[in-house]
Amino acid sequence: MKVLLCISHVPDTTSRIRFVNNQTQFDTTDVQYIISPYDELSLTRLLEIKEANNDLDITIITVGNADVEATMRKALAIGADDAIRVDAEPVDALFVAKQIAEVARTRNFDFIMTGKESIDHTGNQVGEMVAEFLDMPSVSSAAWLEIEANKGIITREMDGGKEVVEVKFPFVVSGQKGIAKEPRIPNMRGIMNSRKKSLEVVPAVAQDTVSVISHYELPAPKGKCKMIPADNAAELVRLLHEEAKVI
Amino acid sequence: MSVLVYTENWDGRFKKSTYELVSYAKAIATELKLPLVALSIGNVSEAEFSKLELYGADKLVLVNTEKLHTFVAQAYTHTVYQVAKAENASVLLFNNNYTGRSLAPRLSVKLNAGTATGVVKLPASYAPFIVRKSIYTGKAFADVELLSAVKILTLNQNSFEIRENATGAKVEVREVEVLDKHLAAMPTKVEKASGKMNLTDAEIVISGGRGLKGPENWGMVEELADLLGAGTACSRPVADSEWRPHHEHVGQTGKVVRPNLYIAIGISGAIQHLAGVNSSKVLVAINNDPEAPFFEAADYGIVGDAFAVVPKIIDAVKAMKASH
Ligand SMILES: Cc1cc2nc3c(=O)[nH]c(=O)nc-3n(C[C@H](O)[C@H](O)[C@H](O)COP(=O)(O)OP(=O)(O)OC[C@H]3O[C@@H](n4cnc5c(N)ncnc54)[C@H](O)[C@@H]3O)c2cc1C
Ligand SMILES: Nc1ncnc2c1ncn2[C@@H]1O[C@H](COP(=O)(O)O)[C@@H](O)[C@H]1O
Repeated sequence: MKVLLCISHVPDTTSRIRFVNNQTQFDTTDVQYIISPYDELSLTRLLEIKEANNDLDITIITVGNADVEATMRKALAIGADDAIRVDAEPVDALFVAKQIAEVARTRNFDFIMTGKESIDHTGNQVGEMVAEFLDMPSVSSAAWLEIEANKGIITREMDGGKEVVEVKFPFVVSGQKGIAKEPRIPNMRGIMNSRKKSLEVVPAVAQDTVSVISHYELPAPKGKCKMIPADNAAELVRLLHEEAKVI
Repeated sequence: MSVLVYTENWDGRFKKSTYELVSYAKAIATELKLPLVALSIGNVSEAEFSKLELYGADKLVLVNTEKLHTFVAQAYTHTVYQVAKAENASVLLFNNNYTGRSLAPRLSVKLNAGTATGVVKLPASYAPFIVRKSIYTGKAFADVELLSAVKILTLNQNSFEIRENATGAKVEVREVEVLDKHLAAMPTKVEKASGKMNLTDAEIVISGGRGLKGPENWGMVEELADLLGAGTACSRPVADSEWRPHHEHVGQTGKVVRPNLYIAIGISGAIQHLAGVNSSKVLVAINNDPEAPFFEAADYGIVGDAFAVVPKIIDAVKAMKASH
């Protein structure tokens, strides 16, 4: 079986978010990049499935310039089998999804996996867009995934509860929290092996740009925290009621 | 042309977030001088659906085909698409929830439309069309310009106040084409969350962290939540240690909540935790360490032992309720 896992390369979760050039550009100074957490958890689950049935080839794909290769190598070191980079600056979600769909169209994957969202753009878009480009069924926000001979069995967790979906190949699934417990850390052997794994670079296909970010802004700084003495907790209740008017 | 708003129902009912969305859509439609069409799919009564007329819908389109009683992304997309085409919609609006986040991107492909997910206010301008959305899990905002003819937005909860704007519109039942191939991902089992409130709907959230030491100490958290009609949440290590169910975990990798009031008890305030809660209107931190980073993000703080402070808060809330 073959799966295509989409990996997004994002600033580390502890990065200070700042902008430069008149608030039009993300400030990359001192920013470390990582595999977006939901993609990392999805990779972990795919490796568990691979280890359990010994029949799953995991190809990862990232749309980005050469800078993303370090992040892709990390995914290879953790255990993905090979990698494809679409050589282009990711303009917007539709552009990224189009690139992934084009690669998937010419190579036969049994299913495609994405993370629920990338933690930078918080778009929550690419997975469903890929599915629509390929006219495939999709199951988003999967909190559990099992793979059988010709289908996936997916538990989808939402605000209102849970759903179980059984869907035949091919399909698109997006992983969220719960899909795996802890992300894996690459070991020495994994790192050595990853150097021998294939990382193919392919050109981008054309796609209209339908959205651009014109300006960034940070939330207004909070006023100073009003401290209330511990022995007068009733004062907090009074303030929440009379001043903040939230209870 | 028209503005189309997709109004999701839960067991035949709408939620506050639906009324927020319709009010928001009406404001956009008014600005663009276009009629507002509300679409509902599935089993919702005409009486319930008619209520949306109160918030400004000029047309109420109900698709109540048996095959669409359970949400399947592909089939619902095809349905919204047909209505959008029939109504010549130039702006499509959804709530930024699980359903909206499935439909908006798919429609973006079908309509070659620019999409902004998680928008937080009315567009700053309409030509060019620029709207603000939340990014970096709530740590920043981006103004996105949508360049396409058709635009799609998903609105964050608690970002727009409900406005009444009655039109007197009547429900119109419409048939659509449903293709069997679009039902391939039909759920085989649907489990509704039991009785408890959805965390993301809660106006008040009481949350506990590792400072509470163990699951046996959550009694006071639940008592305070019950008193205030609040939802309960927790930090990630608390869910990871299985002190609390996973659906309570908030933060960068858990749920994002935007209540009016978030009370954090024994939570240090790590950046990944704050990412999921810092769009709350009022933040309260209770922590025995005066250096806890949460105090930098909070509006109100108490430095003290949670096991002494929380019972006092409970008593004060009871006293307040008794005096009203
Ligand atoms: C990629 C990544 C993603 C993450 N995503 C999330 C996420 O989504 N959500 C999340 O929450 N975390 C997340 N984390 C973890 C996060 O970094 C913190 O480790 C976590 O939030 C800490 O949880 P905590 O505050 O409950 O525990 P701790 O950090 O252990 O803090 C406990 C606090 O309780 C206080 N305390 C102790 N005893 C008492 C008492 N008796 N009374 C009052 N206060 C007391 C202490 O002073 C301390 O501040 C993520 C981490 C990474 C690396
Ligand atoms: N540039 C990219 N290259 C490859 N996959 C991506 C890229 N951006 C997003 N994705 C995938 O799409 C998911 C959702 O991303 P987003 O729509 O940006 O929130 C991510 O978790 C990734 O799996």
